[in-house]
Amino acid sequence: MNKNRRVILGSAAALMGMAMLTRRSQAATGPALSADERALHALNRLGYGPRPADAAAMAEQGADKWLERFLTEQLEPRRLPQPAALSERLAGLEVLKLSQGELLARYREAVKAAREARREQAKGETPSADALNAVREKVRPLVQQAATARLARGLQSPAQLEEVLTEFWFNHFNVFAGKGPVGVLLADYEQHAIRPHVLGRFRDMLGATARHPAMLVYLDNAQSVAPGTARPGAERRSGLNENYARELMELHTLGVDGGYTQRDVTELARMLTGWGVDQRAKSGEAFEFNARRHDSGGKTWLGQAVPGAGQSEGVRALDVLAAHPATARHLATKFAQAFVADDPPASLVNKLADNFLATGGDLREFTRTLIRADEFWSREAYQAKFKTPYQYLLSSLRALDLPLNNPQPLQQALAQAGQPLYGAATPDGYKNTAAAWRNPEALTQRVQLATTLGQRSGVSPERLSNTLGAALSEPTRRTLAAEPVGQQVALLLASPDFMKR
Amino acid sequence: MLRRQLLHFGAFTLGGLPVSLVRAQGGAQKELVVVMLRGAVDGLSVVAPYGEREYAASRPQIALPPPGAEDGLIKLDSLFGLHPSLSPLKRHWDSGQLAFVHASGSPDPTRSHFDAQDYFESGTPGRKSTPDGWLNRLLSTLPGEPAPTRAIAQGSTPPRIFAGTASVASLGLGPNAMQRRAIDNPQMQAGLAKLYAGDAQLSSTLRDTTEGRGEMAKSMASGMASGMAPGERSMDPSADAGAPSARSFAADARRLGTLIRKDAHTQLAFTAVGGWDTHVNQGASRGQLANRLASLGEGLDALSLGLGDALKDTVIVVVSEFGRTLRQNGNGGTDHGRGNVMWLLGGPVAGGQVLGEWPGLDKPALADGRDLAVATDFRQVLSPLLQRHLGLSEAALAVVFPQAPQTWRYADKLTRA
Repeated sequence: MNKNRRVILGSAAALMGMAMLTRRSQAATGPALSADERALHALNRLGYGPRPADAAAMAEQGADKWLERFLTEQLEPRRLPQPAALSERLAGLEVLKLSQGELLARYREAVKAAREARREQAKGETPSADALNAVREKVRPLVQQAATARLARGLQSPAQLEEVLTEFWFNHFNVFAGKGPVGVLLADYEQHAIRPHVLGRFRDMLGATARHPAMLVYLDNAQSVAPGTARPGAERRSGLNENYARELMELHTLGVDGGYTQRDVTELARMLTGWGVDQRAKSGEAFEFNARRHDSGGKTWLGQAVPGAGQSEGVRALDVLAAHPATARHLATKFAQAFVADDPPASLVNKLADNFLATGGDLREFTRTLIRADEFWSREAYQAKFKTPYQYLLSSLRALDLPLNNPQPLQQALAQAGQPLYGAATPDGYKNTAAAWRNPEALTQRVQLATTLGQRSGVSPERLSNTLGAALSEPTRRTLAAEPVGQQVALLLASPDFMKR
Repeated sequence: MLRRQLLHFGAFTLGGLPVSLVRAQGGAQKELVVVMLRGAVDGLSVVAPYGEREYAASRPQIALPPPGAEDGLIKLDSLFGLHPSLSPLKRHWDSGQLAFVHASGSPDPTRSHFDAQDYFESGTPGRKSTPDGWLNRLLSTLPGEPAPTRAIAQGSTPPRIFAGTASVASLGLGPNAMQRRAIDNPQMQAGLAKLYAGDAQLSSTLRDTTEGRGEMAKSMASGMASGMAPGERSMDPSADAGAPSARSFAADARRLGTLIRKDAHTQLAFTAVGGWDTHVNQGASRGQLANRLASLGEGLDALSLGLGDALKDTVIVVVSEFGRTLRQNGNGGTDHGRGNVMWLLGGPVAGGQVLGEWPGLDKPALADGRDLAVATDFRQVLSPLLQRHLGLSEAALAVVFPQAPQTWRYADKLTRA
């Protein structure tokens, strides 16, 4: 434990040295970041931006010291104590306590109730609206709770990097609240398939998503069976569904240019037949491998012969995909784009990809490589990312120190801005580039949100600019000083400095 | 500032006549609306080749019954029938304003939604490095004067197809899309303009926002008393408040159509509708896909109602990134395929026909032995539209679609002379 801590501290110190070095060596590409800028850069990229308390801590400890400590703590989030208010809030969310079996049972009951209500209706009776909409009524509160947990953690958790990484990896392995029982399973998916692995091993996260009923249902693998096999009790012949197999290679691992063919998609789908959901599970995990649905014939996949071997065909496929150089490259590019620049430097992508392969996909080392990279601390990277609606909302609430009272209007604001939480219908999730979000409609909504939140919070422009500190440029400060006081908070939040991170 | 005043002057008065009247009398302005169905709609259900033996044989549960049968297809000709859920569009077929190009799509064989959408929107299949979208290149090369609302992207996020240097106005979704917001306050606009002075991209986004919103608000307010299209009152957009997306497309589409009709400058518009990736239980005359097609058909009809008189100068193109497998899969759904159908609706369209080479559904004719082949490149359909309908020059066309394939042999049959 102690040794571990020293190593981490040591690496944080090395990191600071690196940042200093960067300051000297990058004169050609603009002045190096000041200590204050580096601290805010870290909080904006590896978290959802500063709260007043962060600004106070930076002032008290000095920006360099604060940053060193922040980076060390963020890579070891489990050591960070959770604030009591957050613990209480999460403890009140039923969805985090139910097992997959229990969650699926709720969904089945709702489907049954709705079916009965429709049958009554067909007989001329008048069932209650609640009964008719039972599925929506049962699913919605559980999605709400998942969203509450995510927003509360983003706002209040001191483990900010874990939150940002959870958002990134959830989006990478996106599932959609609107498809069948996925809505009731979301919170469990995030809690058990994504969150524990964001600083763990990629292979473990890949395996956890592959086995999770949310993914099995969302990308239809639960319904994919060996061609010609009759589903028990089903009247129609069943067959292959290649949806998950395709996205597993295209989005989750190799990338679309990863060198596979349509044949490889079909063969991988055959290898994954039988991976499904145990509909009778009452407690615990609902994953099941059903050998009767599995296509036990031989396959040829990515140029290799795959003898029939039941569930282990799929397990081995995940091993191959997780260790593939194309996967390393795909993930490195995506990660660098999310955390450094829309068009990330090739040198950084190479570093990340090399690290991924060298460590066998250790995501703590992967993340550490990012944080140690010169490219992360460069002037070009500073405030170079345009915030997504989600990042804009969370950073606004944090900067104004607003509590999360009712999450519903916040979710509506996100939906209106085109980024509903858990509402990305397609498996590629949301984009994080300026090209995807900077447009007149987005600007209109941000200015509206800035105005509304500014008025509601009652925070003075002085206090807000104090919180944002070095993140506000001199020209922005000068311009604002000349504006009417009543408009200053809205303008601060709509400033270029705050639109970006 | 001078530019803005001039534009406002132009939009507002033009000889003292309300804008809608100018359009009605002039009739010279031509419009193109692109509706993209993201997720790959099953074109073999939209315009089903019921005359092919392989069609019903490959789809035991999801083939649509032939014309005349219960819940059967709407007969288009001896080979093709229209999905019964699209009955709101039947009147447009009958009046010769609706045509289809079957077995069309991209020459690039990708079955990735995201790559295929990207290729369609960039207008350069197989090339990922194209920075801009073809509608933006079209906007830059279109004959006539630029204006803030010449092109409108509907939706909350900027579509790839409009990416590029030319300014595009955006119209939000939902009944509040045209409501007055904080950014419409001149004092706020002045403050933002100063703040963004050092940021070229935000400055230009702000300019597009204020100019675009100003023009749209004026256009929507103009002719409120007199410019109603027939049936305008029958569908109040606010009635759709809070409705799920499938329903709200009609209200959004109608708003878009109304705006195009009322804004004398608008020539290009884009909107997208999702939810077509029917891998499971797609259904036939009833079911999932049927429900979505019903809302889409209603939406396209609403768009045409919103356009009113302007429909005679407008071509609406409906496309999807690729088609779906001929055979139904193990779950009563279909997987990613190749060829699809393009829809063309509007006054200038030589409607009432299904155009294009039909490769057939026999095994040797299928792409990779499984999918309807792509016999017509989507650019072969769009190019004659851009030239004949929008008056684009040969040189400009080469900018919009570089390395486009040869002229299509049906090019002359696409639009009315």
